[in-house]
Amino acid sequence: MGTIVFFYFASVIVVTAALVVALRSPVFSALALLVMFFHVAGLFVTLHAEFLAVIQILVYAGAILVLYLFVVMLLNLKGEVRFHHQLTVGLFLGCMVFAEAVLLVIKGEFSLGMNLPDTREQAQLTQGNTESIGELLYSTYLFPFEIASLILLVAMVGAVILTKKGILEAKS
Amino acid sequence: MDVPVSYYLVLSGIMFSIGLVGVLIRRNIIIILLSIELMLNATNINFVAFSSYLGNLSGQVFVFFALTVAAAEVAVGLAIIIALYRHSASTNIDDFRLLKW
Repeated sequence: MGTIVFFYFASVIVVTAALVVALRSPVFSALALLVMFFHVAGLFVTLHAEFLAVIQILVYAGAILVLYLFVVMLLNLKGEVRFHHQLTVGLFLGCMVFAEAVLLVIKGEFSLGMNLPDTREQAQLTQGNTESIGELLYSTYLFPFEIASLILLVAMVGAVILTKKGILEAKS
Repeated sequence: MDVPVSYYLVLSGIMFSIGLVGVLIRRNIIIILLSIELMLNATNINFVAFSSYLGNLSGQVFVFFALTVAAAEVAVGLAIIIALYRHSASTNIDDFRLLKW
């Protein structure tokens, strides 16, 4: 049962990811990415990461993708030449990277996959996923958490400054 | 939960490769940013799969941080795209060779 669910999510994710790269119109690419985000969230649910699944939908599908669509519609892009002239080189490099990843996974299975400690059963938590992540976030990872808020502040200021008029305009 | 962890790793490898190819072969800057999001999501799947299989929640906390960085990256990246579009009315990557010799 779990295998069927995994293969459903995996196949939809791969197809929509390919569509993101292959489609001509940026709007359709963004919509394909939306479908992919929802299926990645479903994959998170099957891995018992419910908090991250909700955050994935809220932040990626709710905030980031809306921002993308907003910019695409603001710029009103016309149809254009899709691919770079380095198409073959890019495809070759992608296949190489994928082959390397598969090779590493196979080697890892050989060396440690058989005695990977299966702690899933004893990790059955008495409290929910969200509570555990919150406790970890506010104790062990408190300092990185504060840094994350600083990153968001810097990004906000940067976005406001960059889109102000008179920063990157052509000299007349 | 009878799916071996290597399936998740191969799936994330496929996603990462597609994102990499997208960055290399597309001409539209917006699609290039979307492909970067794709690669970030591939690493997130890796983190969550290992966190679930090792029974350690730290991986999920790291996904949380990756999400924060992705949000910041999108905000700044789209601001740069808008500034570039104002500058030369184009989102074609070939039009921006200011830093090349």
